[in-house]
Amino acid sequence: MFLVKSLTKHFDGIIAVQDVTFTINQGEILAIIGPNGAGKSTVFNLMTGTITPTSGMVFMEKVRISGLPPNKVAVKGIARTFQTTSLFDQLRVIDNLLIGYKYRTRIGFWNTLLHTPAWKRYQTEAFMRAMEMLEFLGLADKAEYFIPALSQEEQKRLAIGIAMVSKPRILLLDEPTGGLIQEETDRITRLIERIRDQGTTVCIIEHKMQMIMGLADRIVVLNYGKKIAEGTPDEIKSNQAVIEAYLGGEVHV
Amino acid sequence: MFTKPFHYNLLYLLLLVAALLLPFYVPDAYIFQIVIMSFLFAIATSSMNLIIGFAGQASLAHGAFFGIGAYGVAIMTKAGLSFWLALPLAALISAGIGAVIGIPSLRTRGHYFAIVTLCFGVILWIVAGNWIQLTGGHNGIFGIPLPSSIPIPFLGEIDFYSQTAQYYLALTFLLLTLFVLHRLIYSMFGLTFMAMRNNEPLADAVGIDPFTTKLMAFVIANFIAGMAGGIYASIIGAVSPSAASHLMTFNFLIYVILGGIATLSGSVIGAFAIPIIMELLQFLGDYRMLIFGALLVVVIIYFPQGFVGGLRQLNQKVVAWRQPKQTEGANVSR
Ligand SMILES: Nc1ncnc2c1ncn2[C@@H]1O[C@H](COP(=O)(O)OP(=O)(O)O)[C@@H](O)[C@H]1O
Ligand SMILES: [Mg+2]
Repeated sequence: MFLVKSLTKHFDGIIAVQDVTFTINQGEILAIIGPNGAGKSTVFNLMTGTITPTSGMVFMEKVRISGLPPNKVAVKGIARTFQTTSLFDQLRVIDNLLIGYKYRTRIGFWNTLLHTPAWKRYQTEAFMRAMEMLEFLGLADKAEYFIPALSQEEQKRLAIGIAMVSKPRILLLDEPTGGLIQEETDRITRLIERIRDQGTTVCIIEHKMQMIMGLADRIVVLNYGKKIAEGTPDEIKSNQAVIEAYLGGEVHV
Repeated sequence: MFTKPFHYNLLYLLLLVAALLLPFYVPDAYIFQIVIMSFLFAIATSSMNLIIGFAGQASLAHGAFFGIGAYGVAIMTKAGLSFWLALPLAALISAGIGAVIGIPSLRTRGHYFAIVTLCFGVILWIVAGNWIQLTGGHNGIFGIPLPSSIPIPFLGEIDFYSQTAQYYLALTFLLLTLFVLHRLIYSMFGLTFMAMRNNEPLADAVGIDPFTTKLMAFVIANFIAGMAGGIYASIIGAVSPSAASHLMTFNFLIYVILGGIATLSGSVIGAFAIPIIMELLQFLGDYRMLIFGALLVVVIIYFPQGFVGGLRQLNQKVVAWRQPKQTEGANVSR
């Protein structure tokens, strides 16, 4: 469904990503793991148009998406979250989700100015969808809250909600449990499983080995910008290159 | 979901009644003229607030677009065109020139847009002062006709010779502007402006094109500014380069900031209150600028959301003070 082909990115001097190729299959959870600075977030940024590759290409269902700006990638049904929780912190929770749904509607200048039937329909549709998402996230009672009033975990849930509210075909999560304690991590993990069960393909960057081994269908391992292994969690656990490079010779699973 | 509490609606209704009845209690023609001008400046200020406050793009050429509208109406009506045709045309020209400036400069993030618009404002002012055949140079254009009368079937016609009629004309356009801006801002359309101002990379990642969004805000704002300028030219009967100058821009900017950035009512309050305060402080001569500067600094430091934001803060404090127990309970549940 999703193809990353020979992706390379140079930042002046350093090679952040080098010749990385992998595919993401419909309906699976693919994890990208690797030590800090391995180039994982850069791969996400390349996949979503945030930065342009030095060379290589990205395809979604055989359509090339590399070279498009982020908003054009998003409307193809590719949603993402950022490593540092990114929200519209001046707006209320519900507004955050409405914005996430906006591109699915045709709420433009004239429709809004004239309050056309189409405008009413889209506005209601967006609102219903946002409420549905709040329910799904377990934030239904916080619709009117402003972002600083939410806990860290709630903020991370909302960030996933903003990405999911438009019903994307694939969801890219960049360390969705970073900075959370075990209990909170487990709840986010369950949320991700529910997203997968609803039929959305998930690609997740994670640090927490135990979590990812239980969650992922397949794993891609990056180190110094290169792919060093790919396979099922069991294969990765016993892969010599991974054990040496990433886990420093020790697997704590 | 975007509705306001009832007591606000009541307040707005009272204000509307007060505005509608103003010609009956306004003390003299001089104050009346200041009020009319305040309405026109309020239109321009509200639209500046759209691009600066809501969309977060520091447009520093708002006076220039006001001026384009003013010169547009002046030139076209003097050439014989009806005011009612010249006004939308002048507003469209203002919006169009805005698009020409915005298309290259809004593509980048950061201060580039502010610098480009600032330069454009200065250049336009210089052009207005020197293109004598078109603009009359530093003397400007005189003898601009008043808005032509509107015929009403069977009842005669509405003319604009009296100050009262001009007042209602300005009020009508102000209400129209506020109605349009209210519709645009308190909807998902306006939400995209605020989202983009708040977190552009995230807005981009959820499918909102930042460039188009900014350009739209800029073009709408300039259309309205041009319209305000056009009415201004016709009511005053003369335009000079000062109507298009960066001083005009800075006046609008001060109204936006003191009134309350990114609040619809703030722009109107700012555009209305400040010229009146300036009048009242007339006896201080140039020292009033000193007071004004100090006021500006205090507001920016202590009330970054301006007068309306300050009121909101106060309101929240009162609410919090009236129900301290409940908020504590809410905190524990986390
Ligand atoms: N915008 C950028 N400019 C320069 N260097 C960058 C930029 N983004 C990432 N890098 C560098 O690329 C490498 C990979 O970073 P990143 O993809 O964030 O790693 P990871 O997410 O795996 O921790 C790091 O060395 C980082 O410093
Ligand atoms: Mg990272």
